[in-house]
Amino acid sequence: MSMTDGPTPLPEAAAAQAAADREAVTAGPGSSVTPEKRGRPGVFGAWGERWNALSRQQQWAFLIVVVILAYMLPLINPPIITTEPGNNFALACFDMARFALIAVGLNVVVGYAGLLDLGYVAFFAVGSYCAAMLTSPDSPFLHIPYLWTIPIAMTVTMFFGVVLGVPTLRLRGDYLAIVTLGFGEIVRILATIIPAMKGQVGFQNVGHPPGTEADGTPIFSNSNGVPWYWLTLSIIIVITLLVGNLERSRVGRAWIAIREDEDAAEIMGVPTFKYKVWAFAIGAAIGGLSGALFAGQVGFVNNQKFDVTTSILFLAAVVLGGAGNKVGAILGGALVSYIPLRFTAVAEYKYLIFGIALVLIMIFRSQGLLPARQRLLAYGRTAYQRVTQKDSTGPSSAGTPPAAGPGQDQNREKGVQA
Amino acid sequence: MSQDDRLPAGSRDAAQPEAAAQAGPDVDALAEAGIESELAEKVAPDRDIAAKVGENIVEVKDLTIKFGGLVALDNVSFDIRRGEILGLIGPNGAGKTTCFNAMTGVYKPTAGQVVLEGQVINGLKQHKITRLGLSRTFQNIRLFGEMTALENVVVGLDARHRTSVGGALLRLPTHVREEKSAIERGMALLDFVGIADHAHFLSRHLPYGYQRRLEIARALATDPKVLCLDEPAAGFNPAEKEELMALIRTIRDEGYTILLIEHDMKLVMGVTDRIVVLEFGKKIADGLPRAIREDPRVVAAYLGEPEDDVA
Repeated sequence: MSMTDGPTPLPEAAAAQAAADREAVTAGPGSSVTPEKRGRPGVFGAWGERWNALSRQQQWAFLIVVVILAYMLPLINPPIITTEPGNNFALACFDMARFALIAVGLNVVVGYAGLLDLGYVAFFAVGSYCAAMLTSPDSPFLHIPYLWTIPIAMTVTMFFGVVLGVPTLRLRGDYLAIVTLGFGEIVRILATIIPAMKGQVGFQNVGHPPGTEADGTPIFSNSNGVPWYWLTLSIIIVITLLVGNLERSRVGRAWIAIREDEDAAEIMGVPTFKYKVWAFAIGAAIGGLSGALFAGQVGFVNNQKFDVTTSILFLAAVVLGGAGNKVGAILGGALVSYIPLRFTAVAEYKYLIFGIALVLIMIFRSQGLLPARQRLLAYGRTAYQRVTQKDSTGPSSAGTPPAAGPGQDQNREKGVQA
Repeated sequence: MSQDDRLPAGSRDAAQPEAAAQAGPDVDALAEAGIESELAEKVAPDRDIAAKVGENIVEVKDLTIKFGGLVALDNVSFDIRRGEILGLIGPNGAGKTTCFNAMTGVYKPTAGQVVLEGQVINGLKQHKITRLGLSRTFQNIRLFGEMTALENVVVGLDARHRTSVGGALLRLPTHVREEKSAIERGMALLDFVGIADHAHFLSRHLPYGYQRRLEIARALATDPKVLCLDEPAAGFNPAEKEELMALIRTIRDEGYTILLIEHDMKLVMGVTDRIVVLEFGKKIADGLPRAIREDPRVVAAYLGEPEDDVA
């Protein structure tokens, strides 16, 4: 038989197929890490390939340029992109950043762990109320500096995430979605009926980070979006790096395994419940963080901003950007916020527009705008490169299954006697 | 043990489990199989294979499973001995997979016990059972499709890892160490099952036969004491089946104990040390392959009873 010199243990046809696959894979230099394109090859697909072809240093250099440009965005105020005169561009930038941060958080829950959360706005609300009730003069509680409310808001929302997660994460799919939808409403309704949360009256003059300009006005004022945008952008960068660390670890692998096949994950030793609760808690903390920033910038929190449709908008941001891709989530979040701000004439129809956009995306790019897959191994790059290099040096060197060699002889004997 | 009963002398001298386990992994056998001798250490350095071969590692005691009124398993008892390949066979619907599911914690037994190394494991969470050393593959392949082959295996390796959210978030030294060793061990495992050159493929893009091998690699990655294979050769042609059986024997020779569900009698007879036969949820036979082959009840179960016997 040809098995000793062939690359695969399969019969000729399959071997040829596999060889063809491998050739296709090693054809392009850019395909070393993600050999296969998901969805349709398109502009973004080509970008993804090119991106993977870059060396680590090139990628970092490119990222630094992008980040600097992102920081400069409200100062440059590019003519066509700008949302003025309808909306102040710096404030629009902050809003985009806020949505992007939310999308990064929701992406952990929906994109990685595959848990459909329709009540994510609840965590955003809890974060907002945390910041408001601990800083606003309207609040009867103790008052602390604004910056302290950020970690507190994250901790409290994380707690809420666990409280919601522990009983509900035994449910799956549709059931979980319905329960989270209910949770989103519960928080909003509680904010309405609990006297201390002041319903529609809300909290005025929510705190902001310290620092004043030369003329005595606070740097982080309600009307100046630039410092808030920079703060939020910096937080996004830190959070994205941390989420990236999680992604390329046991945690990220557990989440993706749960998304792919929860039962199989459990049987392969993944404590699925624990990691689902972690996904919920981490997603909640990021939502709460975004809520606290929002409360600080707007300076006013009441129960009107946390309805179900906002939740759906968050979800749309993740799906639009590409569920499971944190850069896609940032892009999706920014877009969902940007479009109604830029095209104020159509702002009233934003749900219609997003609805159509989602339908189109599902038809033409069912993986979202940036469908690049997760990298789940912190040091996988070199390992994959070794494999693909070995492949390209010569197909004959591409591993004969070690177990197959002597096994055949044994088997042949056995075949004769059995 | 049993293989001498059914094999011509010498044909499996490299495959004696006793020898393999007593002298550590049998270096000659491994070299012959084209495996570097350090593979076993690389894949599972902490594995304890010095324990005595032949003692019971798993005891299934009076296992009964009822789905409503349907009795899927009825008082089934058998043992798995350390270092053997035990075949679990029976006609379609005999309860083989149900038995598997009960052992690995997917179903809760209505009655009876599953004991792994003296510890009752039924009722435990599935991931705990896996960590105690019972790992399995699936009859219908259930890989994580959007992960590469290597990532799939590393999920299995994660079962033995300790870092969680904190360690990963801050990239603590333990996390870094585990990640690096996981890649090395994952590649070694892929190499072991013969698909290392496909490590970077998404598992759903792998050819069918490779997916089956990857499932075995992923199950091995959890460092099991007992590896349960649920029809690993389903959908294979005879040549592929033979190769797979060779692989299974190699795994056994590395010191693992294997429980094998298989349909193909010829194949089961060729690879197993002992066989348990189920029919309609009941154990009808238990013994060496040759005895099983000649057992009239087994023959009847597979071929049907001759009509004059019925009357």
